[in-house]
Amino acid sequence: MIPELGNFALMLALCLALLQAVLPMAGTYTGSTVWMGLGRPLSAGIWVFMVLAFGCLARSFLHDDFSVAYVARNSNSELPVYYKFAAVWGAHEGSLLLWVLILSSWGYAVSLLSSKLPLDIVARVLSVMGMITAGFLAFMIFTSNPFDRMLLNTPSEGADLNPLLQDFGLTVHPPFLYMGYVGFSVAFAFAIAALLTGRLDAAWARWTRPWTNAAWAFLTIGITLGSWWSYYELGWGGWWFWDPVENVSFMPWLVGTALIHSLAVTEKRGVFKSWTVLLAISAFSLSMLGAFIVRSGVITSVHAFATDPQRGMVLLALLLVIIGASLCLYAIRAPVVKGSAGYAANSREVFLLINNILLVVSTAMILLGTLFPLIHEAIYGEANRVSVGPPYYNTIFIPLMALLAFFLGVSTFSRWKKTSMEHLKSNLKLVLLASVALGIVVPLIVTGGFNPAIMLAVALVLWIVFGLLKDIRDKTANKASRWAGLCGLGRSYYGMQLAHFGVAVLITGICLTSHYSVEQDVRLKPGESISIGDYSFEFGGVVERKGPNYDAQSATINVSKNGKPYRVMNPEKRKYHASGSVQTEAAIDTGFFRDLFTALGDPRGEDAWVVRLHVKPFVFWIWMGAFLMASGGVLALLDRRYRYKPVLLAEAAVQPGSEPQPVAAKAVNT
Amino acid sequence: MSNRAKLFIPAIFFVTMLGLLLYGLFHDPSKVPSALISRSMPVFTRPNLFDDKAAVSNEQLKGGIFLVNVWATWCPPCHAEHPYLLEISEREKGVTFVGVNYKDDAQAARDFLQERGNPFKISFSDPAGTLGIELGVAGAPETFLLDATGTIRYKYVGAIDNRVWEEKFVPLLAQLR
Amino acid sequence: MNQVRKQKFLIVGSILAGSIVTVGLLLVAFDKGLNAFITPTEIAEGKVNGSHNFRIGGMVKKGSLVRKGTGTQIEFIATDFNEDIPVVYTGVLPDLFREGQGVTADGHMDASGVFQADTVLAKHDENYMSKEVKAAMDAAEKKKTGKLATEGAHP
Repeated sequence: MIPELGNFALMLALCLALLQAVLPMAGTYTGSTVWMGLGRPLSAGIWVFMVLAFGCLARSFLHDDFSVAYVARNSNSELPVYYKFAAVWGAHEGSLLLWVLILSSWGYAVSLLSSKLPLDIVARVLSVMGMITAGFLAFMIFTSNPFDRMLLNTPSEGADLNPLLQDFGLTVHPPFLYMGYVGFSVAFAFAIAALLTGRLDAAWARWTRPWTNAAWAFLTIGITLGSWWSYYELGWGGWWFWDPVENVSFMPWLVGTALIHSLAVTEKRGVFKSWTVLLAISAFSLSMLGAFIVRSGVITSVHAFATDPQRGMVLLALLLVIIGASLCLYAIRAPVVKGSAGYAANSREVFLLINNILLVVSTAMILLGTLFPLIHEAIYGEANRVSVGPPYYNTIFIPLMALLAFFLGVSTFSRWKKTSMEHLKSNLKLVLLASVALGIVVPLIVTGGFNPAIMLAVALVLWIVFGLLKDIRDKTANKASRWAGLCGLGRSYYGMQLAHFGVAVLITGICLTSHYSVEQDVRLKPGESISIGDYSFEFGGVVERKGPNYDAQSATINVSKNGKPYRVMNPEKRKYHASGSVQTEAAIDTGFFRDLFTALGDPRGEDAWVVRLHVKPFVFWIWMGAFLMASGGVLALLDRRYRYKPVLLAEAAVQPGSEPQPVAAKAVNT
Repeated sequence: MSNRAKLFIPAIFFVTMLGLLLYGLFHDPSKVPSALISRSMPVFTRPNLFDDKAAVSNEQLKGGIFLVNVWATWCPPCHAEHPYLLEISEREKGVTFVGVNYKDDAQAARDFLQERGNPFKISFSDPAGTLGIELGVAGAPETFLLDATGTIRYKYVGAIDNRVWEEKFVPLLAQLR
Repeated sequence: MNQVRKQKFLIVGSILAGSIVTVGLLLVAFDKGLNAFITPTEIAEGKVNGSHNFRIGGMVKKGSLVRKGTGTQIEFIATDFNEDIPVVYTGVLPDLFREGQGVTADGHMDASGVFQADTVLAKHDENYMSKEVKAAMDAAEKKKTGKLATEGAHP
């Protein structure tokens, strides 16, 4: 009965979503406030039924109802309860259900938090979200329904959740990632509403910014969790592989980052309007494209979902309708929303434009690399296949990001409209000198070697950090007291600085880990040991161990630091009962300045095993930097001006591109 | 180019990309559904795998439900599905299992079946893969389901496991009976 | 007027410089990161020259896996059932690496005709062959039976 109830809830949600797609939008044309007002209750209704459907599927998993095909395929009675719940989104159908649940949650959140917005804007935004929801719901119900039953020949036992997914990191990774992907639908819906009305002003940008920040922060966390997971679960000790599936999550992130910055310009200066709209459409389009690439198997990847061309076709058609229509709307309506204010070549606008260009070019390069095997095959035929490896991405991406880091420092000191060269020079001279000097000296002293790549990275990191410290000092210098000055700076300012500090931390982590990691794959007999730096690893042999739903070969590695016992690490090889697949489980000692990473390879006779031992300095800083960036995004969206400032649309529309409201101006402008 | 036309660049770029993805979706021949579904089995005569002198023809695949499995010893997924084929061939008494040994060495195939068990009532070889061409076979394993009139009712590409069997074949078999 | 001109010049100039740098980067990146996918048969036909990196795909030949001495070096033979290529790899093999299963490896050919692999990838899903491996094998099969197939088609 429960699965039928879930199915019924999906159908009802689809009906409501169709109504939401049509009625409020129609209301904006007929001028009917009743119809426009329907958007809010309808989004609440959709959300309730999606929660109900999700609950039904979760219950089927928790009660081992293997008559539901999806449960039978992705669960097993031996599976620990926690993973039974997480298995709800462990494969295609259920993760699609989660996707639509999150989409409806964003819609519901918009309807709750939009009380200050003009009704016609809310109606349009909710209608656009209703269209997207209806599209994905129809796709789910008709091609990949998670509630399909196998009443004949109900299996007595399920096939089990993919062992790779039986892990905490990967159970929370998809919800965060989807929160990010789907969150961009709000910015997308606002962009479509702006194109339809032709009204795109500072107020519009101010409504859109917090939603974009929230989605971006979730996506940042989602990608970080994915990277962290691949670091400790895949057993290779790497944290980023430029795999197609990683790339498709990274592209919306890059465009979303560009969008955040371009929205700032649109809010403050009323320029880059059509560019901002295009970015908002692109960020969500790339999210959906990611969903397509992962689910259709069109590009071979290590962790793609099962391939099914029929499903892929339908999803492709859905993308064609949603993205194609919005881009055509953009092409027709963009001239209406063009900005009018002017700006000089060395204004903050231009520096943020450079930031945008660098981010978009990076995205385009990653897209090219991801699709290149397909392009090559389309041109040269199936016999001439190529693959694009990490060296391609590193060659392109590292110089572009170095440039981005440089301009990040410059733009902090630039002013809106026009910055005099003298102002920039006087502000940056000291910072530049200090960061370059320390960038050369510090690596020389610490490592004793001359490494230009490290020196450049250290200089860039210091450039960002010194820049933001000096900026805070300058901004508080003229205040009555330093403390009063610090309190006077808005949350969005601190959010920005925190996120930029996160960038510096991230660069430090990536650079030092890539250059100074020591990685050794060695064959060790019990009792033998090997030293890496201060650490000595002694292999204590392998014993059999029983887990809840797997048998493990568990190794003992005694680690000592400078001759003193430090800790015991137990990397494992697990063989899962239901699927019979083998999974490497690394053991990691996480530290602030370095990680010790151990993984068990294969047996090599005489009780000897191949063991993978890594010492990875500063790898923790990668996740920490990303976390700081996400926190910055959250902090910025908590800024006061996003909450109480019910700006009348008419008032803002009278003066396009005019100097924005004083509160906002105080926060970042000076 | 006029400013107006420039604004269509993103849309054109996107549609081109979709075209590429559409190509990507269908360029793999193993993914194309067989055009032969609901048609009869092509006319053929091929040597019996265990006896070169004897022949197997399409006439022998009529008057009952037949499951035709295209396999080869060089194909690892065929090795993977083999134990499961053995299991269902014992369970499903109403279905005649037919093995088409595809582009393979007949001796190696005989050894394989003798060593690991033979799920097939009828086995014949298609060393040149010509029957495979007529059936639209692009690789192995592929499995066809024939009804009593010798009409192809279903084709599955890839290894059969419990899930595929329960989801795809069992409902069809229930209809055919 | 002059100011506007200067600005236009700056914009065009920076776009031009930016594009040149980007295209340059792209060329270098493709040279470094693009791996052709080459089958053992194609290697035997001499399609590879020099020590360029590329990717091979095939099956791990049954019984060919050898673990050498006290090191972590392993050797196996990658085959597309038409030609065999010896592969040498040092390090930990992926979980799904097994004899008789599909494998792809990135690396280069050394002077003695042995493929020196930097990375070895095994296919995650065992229900079907990887597209690349499958294509390689199909190509090899076509080569092996191509003559027969055309003869058979016109009896």
